[in-house]
Amino acid sequence: MTDWPAKLRRIRALTLKETRQVMRDPSSIAIGIAFPLMMILLFGYGLSLDISRVSVAVVDEDASSDSAALIGAFRLSPYFGVTVVHSMAEAKTMVLDRKVDGVLRIPSDFTRRWHLGEAEVQILVNGTDANQARIMQAYAQGPVALWSAARAGSVSAVSVGPVIVVDRMWFNENNDSHYFLVPGLIVLVMTIIGAFLTAMVVAREWERGTLEALFVTPMRAGEFLVSKFLPYFGLGMIGFVLCFLAGQFLFHVPLRGSLCLLCLASMIYLLVALGLGLLISTLVKSQFLASQLAMLLTFLPAMMLSGFLYDLRSMPVFIQGITYALPARYAVTLMQTLYLAGDVGSVVWLNLGVLAAMASALIVLARLATRKQLS
Amino acid sequence: MRSSLLRILALIRKEFLAVLKDPRSRFVIFVPPILQCLIFGYAASFDLNSIPYAVFDQDHSASSSAFLSRLDGSKIFRRQADIVRVKDISTWIDSRRALLVIRIDQDFERRLLAGEPAQIQVIADGRNSNTAGTALGYFESVVEAFNASWRSRHGHGGSPIRIVTRSWFNPNLDSRWSMIPSLIGTLTMMGTLMLTAMSVAREREQGTFDQLLVTPFRPFEIMTGKAVPNMVIGLVQSTTILLIAQFWFHIPFAGSFITLYAGLGLFLMAAVGLGLFVSSIAATMQQAMLYAFLLVMPFALLSGLATPFNSMPEFLQSIMVINPLRYALDITKRVYLEDAGFTQLLADFVPLTVIGLLTLSGAAWLFRRRLF
Repeated sequence: MTDWPAKLRRIRALTLKETRQVMRDPSSIAIGIAFPLMMILLFGYGLSLDISRVSVAVVDEDASSDSAALIGAFRLSPYFGVTVVHSMAEAKTMVLDRKVDGVLRIPSDFTRRWHLGEAEVQILVNGTDANQARIMQAYAQGPVALWSAARAGSVSAVSVGPVIVVDRMWFNENNDSHYFLVPGLIVLVMTIIGAFLTAMVVAREWERGTLEALFVTPMRAGEFLVSKFLPYFGLGMIGFVLCFLAGQFLFHVPLRGSLCLLCLASMIYLLVALGLGLLISTLVKSQFLASQLAMLLTFLPAMMLSGFLYDLRSMPVFIQGITYALPARYAVTLMQTLYLAGDVGSVVWLNLGVLAAMASALIVLARLATRKQLS
Repeated sequence: MRSSLLRILALIRKEFLAVLKDPRSRFVIFVPPILQCLIFGYAASFDLNSIPYAVFDQDHSASSSAFLSRLDGSKIFRRQADIVRVKDISTWIDSRRALLVIRIDQDFERRLLAGEPAQIQVIADGRNSNTAGTALGYFESVVEAFNASWRSRHGHGGSPIRIVTRSWFNPNLDSRWSMIPSLIGTLTMMGTLMLTAMSVAREREQGTFDQLLVTPFRPFEIMTGKAVPNMVIGLVQSTTILLIAQFWFHIPFAGSFITLYAGLGLFLMAAVGLGLFVSSIAATMQQAMLYAFLLVMPFALLSGLATPFNSMPEFLQSIMVINPLRYALDITKRVYLEDAGFTQLLADFVPLTVIGLLTLSGAAWLFRRRLF
């Protein structure tokens, strides 16, 4: 027979104790409030995937009016900073010393071969930063096409087309990267508060032996778990609200789905993260191990294997297989869809269902693991 | 002097025992960097090798199918469906089954043959606008290739200038080649900084730090005893990643090991110094861990690992002069791929030395202040 008033009283007392502990420890507040703010600022203003300007050393071996015009086209391009040098050796030294990102080489037979219709220019990039090198390669098409269009104007007619691409990016017409950063950020923040912080807190009780002291009281394992859940659930929701407000008022990310579903989705994912945190800490009972495992199993997947930054479809098949076991994948899909595409039934209910199943399974497991210790 | 050295050695031995005798903590020190290296190596790439798309071909002409077969021949674009109704476009995009929907109007071939510009409309799922932008870029290069061959077949002359790209140090422009050498620094810093921060905090929390204080150890000796084992563990971690890079991912090592390890030694000094600094501020393990995390996160994100360093706002770039990882990434990548020498890396070695000396002496000062 359960004595409900006593049960509630015990939960209330423990929750109060836990809440006070959170409020008093500057590091909990730092993770609950300062971490979301820091991430918002970093992702919002610090990180940019665009390459603003590529500096290029130009070696003009042709030294003709045509090659000068081509260099002029590169100078006009907003993407290139041009430095003219006299030899390839000099250019290569500049690349090695990081004074320029790449080299444009106009061979000495450029004009002669252009009249034969087979001219070429060389772009030499520093492959140490492969991504930047590839972008530079793509940027170079612009000035070259501009020059040949201008030059061809006097010789032959067609230089662009005939097929023209008209592209439209749905859900994010202006290609604003905040649109996908904000939904991903919510997932990251919840993961850190739910799993990382909670794992440490519960492991500390095991390590210090205060949990065993609790076991001699009338408190039940379930009550203990509830009292641990509530304060960190609250802290996680504060993190969510901060990210949500930043999305609305700082970055103006549209919320096309319903706010109710967004809140529901975040709560369910927060339960998953809390369940993981509690389970890890109950299993390893050491703060150091718990923190490292929480990092490896929750935060890094949320960052790398969730589709937040890197496209899942391009990963090797066995990595894709792993991502299906990780809650972050479903959470990121869900958040991005709710924010940008709206309430798309097939996506929302499927991912929400998986997350809810994971949450219940993890909570049951955490409960079982805790009970085992009581006996 | 000799007794001081003996005391430090004893402390180093004790520190190694404390970390390595527990099989679970051995596991946590050496397995995560290996797993992370493999996962990051395979996952962390903005290149796309599989773009699912659906096509809405209203023209059904020889030209439109010639274009589509060129697209399918690229091996990157994977056709998921042939759509017949306009409203199916949103079905395929919304449900995320297609990243792109390609729409070819019914006058596509007629306009091509008439010498008028023919349009192809592409709709991309912009939920991750970065991925969508990359996919659109790939699509345009297929169109460009189609145009070039169409022009030469229909006597409009080839594209007058060919751009020949050659890439130094990474012939196939494989992003894994830039990513994995960067991980040598990144993963080692995450491991070492947190381990160091925790090791002092654990002693403090368990009360053994007070026991250390009543021994004849001087603060400087305690600090050295804490710093050296963690630096050694860091070196083992980075060597592991170096071996994975060479023997698992087969990325050829171009540089000199002396330069690389000189750089790593300085970097680890800075990382351990930061860890000790954090641990002398933190009162508990939880604080040490969370503060260390709050420090590592921005350092890792703003080091140039994931996004180009030069496109960050100027003021962040100038704050990041204190970020040891930024210099370490430069050293590992350039030594690994470019065979850069000491003189080229002076701009990295000097700041790392300064950061290391400042944090270590700062930590020693804080240690002393907390001791007496």
